[in-house]
Amino acid sequence: MIDVVIFFFILGVFARLVGSDLRLPEALYETLSIYLLLAIGLKGGIELSQQPMLSVLPQVIGVALLGFCVPFLLYPLLRALRFNAPDSASIGAHFGSVSVVTFAVVTAALMREGIAYEAHAPLWVAVLEAPGLIAGVLLARLGSKSADGSAGKAGHWGELLHDVVFGKSVLLLLGGLIIGAVAGEAGTQPIKALFIDPFKGVLALFLLELGLVAGGRLAEVKRYGWQVVAIGVAFPLGLAVIGTGLGLLLGLSTGGVAVMATLAASASYIAAPTAMRIAVPAANAGLSITISLGIVFPFNVVIGIPIYIALAQWITGG
Amino acid sequence: MDKHQRTLLVIIAEANIERLLVQDVKRLGAAGYTVIDVRGGGHSGVREGTWEADRTIRMEVICEEGVADRIAQALLKAYGQHYGLTIYFSEVQVLRPNKF
Repeated sequence: MIDVVIFFFILGVFARLVGSDLRLPEALYETLSIYLLLAIGLKGGIELSQQPMLSVLPQVIGVALLGFCVPFLLYPLLRALRFNAPDSASIGAHFGSVSVVTFAVVTAALMREGIAYEAHAPLWVAVLEAPGLIAGVLLARLGSKSADGSAGKAGHWGELLHDVVFGKSVLLLLGGLIIGAVAGEAGTQPIKALFIDPFKGVLALFLLELGLVAGGRLAEVKRYGWQVVAIGVAFPLGLAVIGTGLGLLLGLSTGGVAVMATLAASASYIAAPTAMRIAVPAANAGLSITISLGIVFPFNVVIGIPIYIALAQWITGG
Repeated sequence: MDKHQRTLLVIIAEANIERLLVQDVKRLGAAGYTVIDVRGGGHSGVREGTWEADRTIRMEVICEEGVADRIAQALLKAYGQHYGLTIYFSEVQVLRPNKF
């Protein structure tokens, strides 16, 4: 059974494909995304307050390594598929980083099916945002050095790090996590009615908007050819297997393994495009966004996530 | 009324580089600037401004002709190759010339 929020995404894509005039105001999009990031962080933080800090440390390190290694893994594959060096680095960075909404969808699916997962998982999301982007920029610098003997001059490491760590995704996720952890279950009680209870309704509305945006990218898919479709389907499946492996290695629960697989399979469409645009100007932004938002995101939320959950259940026997 | 001639420099660019543009424009001698969110289409496709990576800005700078030329040249060199960028000039009249 498809989760009800997915129908909203499909409605958005449909509206776009039939040329509807439906358009969510940009201010609403911004508000909804801030809400989702804070709410996801808060929920994780409340759980984190009941966890010994040291027990989550191996997970944090594992997740950071995963994010950092993904672009290095994908880069040679993309080069073999005849993508140029900056594009290969940028696409790799999009996969190395993470999609928060995909995370929200997998947790919603797990809750509906009554499968337990590590409730502090939003911490993994926050950690996973940056390493992939750093690896992507590193690859682009190495690539441009070998191509024309000079390193790309645009953007400094300090600025990139500042933009990623203090960018709204990580700031709000970590901020929510810390507020939730400090305030705890009792302290967050007064804001529960806003941040916890209506979460799924807001997610549905946000997915409607994302459907509109993703639907707009579908027309671009034709322009870039079959490779982007192959990448957008094959990479998430392959990366989900790696994520599953990491989840098992870290001894996560069945739900936790499914979350890790989903995080590995997801591609960023908020932090990565912005960071890559500044740090790797030569990369074709439309190409990476078409892959991450036009193909990977719809694939993951509609088809991928049920597969990753089934895989986790089969492997852990849960 | 005492009117003075100045150049209005208009820069249309991806919102991603707004912060860089502001830095450059100020460094190259502009006394002020105005930024407006816009949407539109052109060589780099249609940009609807509905989400982060799809936003476009229009920056307006009123300054002396020499400063406008210097800014335009520098921006074209730095961002012209890889970013969506449109630059144009027009003559405007201002009342308080020392502001620009």
